[in-house]
Amino acid sequence: MPVAERQALLSLRDLHKVFDTQEALSGVSLDVYEGEFLTLLGPSGCGKTTTLRIIAGLEMPSRGVVLLNGEDITSLPPEKRQVNTVFQNYALFPHMNVEKNIAYGLRMRGASRQEMKEATEKMLQLVQLEGYGKRQPSQLSGGQRQRVAIARSLVLSPRILLLDEPLGALDLQLRRQMQQELKRMQQSLGITFIYITHDQEEALGMSDRIALMRDGRFVQVGSPEALYEKPETAFAASFIGETNLLHGRAAAVRDDGVLMDVGGITLPADSDLWISLGDPLCLSIRAERLYMSAAPVKEPCQVSGILTESRYAGGERVCVIRLPDGQVLKSRHPTEGEVPCVVGDKVCLWWHQASAVIVRDDLEAAS
Amino acid sequence: MKRPVHRREAMAIPMAVYAALFVGVSLMYIIGLSFLTRGEGFTASPPVSPHNYERIASPIYLRSLLLSLRLAGLTALFCLLIGYPFAYFMAKARPKARTWILLLVIVPFWTNALIRIYGWKILFSASGPINQAILALGLVERPLKLLYTDFAVLVGMVYAMIPFMVLPVYSAAERLDWSVVEAARDLGANPIKAFFTVVVPMTMPGILAGLVLTFIPSIGLFFLSDLLGGSNTMLWGNMVHNELLKSRDLPFAAALSVVLLALTGLVILLYRKRGGSAETMVF
Repeated sequence: MPVAERQALLSLRDLHKVFDTQEALSGVSLDVYEGEFLTLLGPSGCGKTTTLRIIAGLEMPSRGVVLLNGEDITSLPPEKRQVNTVFQNYALFPHMNVEKNIAYGLRMRGASRQEMKEATEKMLQLVQLEGYGKRQPSQLSGGQRQRVAIARSLVLSPRILLLDEPLGALDLQLRRQMQQELKRMQQSLGITFIYITHDQEEALGMSDRIALMRDGRFVQVGSPEALYEKPETAFAASFIGETNLLHGRAAAVRDDGVLMDVGGITLPADSDLWISLGDPLCLSIRAERLYMSAAPVKEPCQVSGILTESRYAGGERVCVIRLPDGQVLKSRHPTEGEVPCVVGDKVCLWWHQASAVIVRDDLEAAS
Repeated sequence: MKRPVHRREAMAIPMAVYAALFVGVSLMYIIGLSFLTRGEGFTASPPVSPHNYERIASPIYLRSLLLSLRLAGLTALFCLLIGYPFAYFMAKARPKARTWILLLVIVPFWTNALIRIYGWKILFSASGPINQAILALGLVERPLKLLYTDFAVLVGMVYAMIPFMVLPVYSAAERLDWSVVEAARDLGANPIKAFFTVVVPMTMPGILAGLVLTFIPSIGLFFLSDLLGGSNTMLWGNMVHNELLKSRDLPFAAALSVVLLALTGLVILLYRKRGGSAETMVF
């Protein structure tokens, strides 16, 4: 990937943040590149917003450094950073109309009336709000306010635009539409976006890279494909997409992987991890990568169990299978040309060895 | 849902009766009184004429009116200059500290105003702590005349009125959405610019309420200027007080009161015209 060769636009180096006694960030490091759409993804309270606020200058890290273009901006106040934020609640100026909201940043820079007028008009066009300039924020819908907030930040041509769950308050349909629009804007303007969300689907669909966060740390940083296909931990596997986690032990270790013992069944699996004989293992298999048949098949990766649930959901069928050792697997199958299995039947689930990943079991540690 | 509405309206009847009786009737009485002529002793009698108002339109009374307005204006202004930062920082303080600061404002309020003004009298007197301090520091050679000056009256008024500025400003600042201030900073405003372009306009309802609440009572206060002011600090309130209790001219005192009332009404009218949403209005 050419990404690795470029110089980082923004570098976070070992950021720590302690609120009173609570540690919100415990060692966050990340490089963000020019023109990138990077998403900070994680459950609420994982430190995404704190990270964003430190980049914006609204919060000082307890330890660590923020570099913009190689320059240390850790203690620079927010007004001196070429970074702008779209706040979660929009934070529009309620006492100014749309035009004045958008022109605010330029006014602070001492731009002329003419400049402000031209730039504001261009921005209104970009966010498709022509003719709304004289309205008050209170007269706008949630989606329109959102657009004004984006225009107000973009008018300053920031090096990085920070977006803190910008679509959180919108309904699903508007949300989908705004996702596409944001992506389109980001690509046409070439501005680096750092985007916060707790919605994994949104993250997968929009990002160039996703930084998955949990408990003030990055769990895994990579492309949506990498996070979905090659999760490194059980948390990553289960937070992004839907997955089954099979627990077992290493029965044999080979050069290219392991043989895993799951309640007496031996399953081969690929792994890059350092594994010793007898280690507890956790195998992640996506629900839609499982195949079901009534009789055993000639595949190395298969388990059999009892079909306990079978639900028709339009394009796909969702099934639940209980293994002899009590573990439960969920699978999704296309309904086209399906071979019907009856609940209570013994069925066989199989998968391609490459679609299952051995992950580090970090779920116990959290609870 | 008709019944509850009726019941709610019915509950306002006692208030309406009370207001009609104790505000409406007495107001009518005072207005009527102001058109009468002074009678024997402490009475009033016909003929009915506007001669009391003609008398008010003389230089002595106009001078007093201007003095009153000026002092009330200055009081409101200084209350704003001192009270606003106070209320602002109170709103920004941690909730626990907030309660204590609020008590600092309210506790003196519970103490008798006259007693507090006597405190100022002692502070301002020729041998009082202020003069002793500046004498000891060698800033002056002889004690300053502080007491019985317009300055003393102003200090006393600001002191007495400041809670009426702090409380409405505090309530406005407390409701302020700080993320909007952060947005201003984020968009390039330094703290001072952010304050004047965002915080001040957003707390404007509190400021206006505070100005009205400090200005209006300041026009009519009389005991402050009686105790702290010189013999020529004749404010409008003093005029009413003197006519009523010293000259015992009931109709003329009534006329002076009506002028004060009209003035107050005018200020409130201006305030209401300035707008703001219904929930931020104090009148």
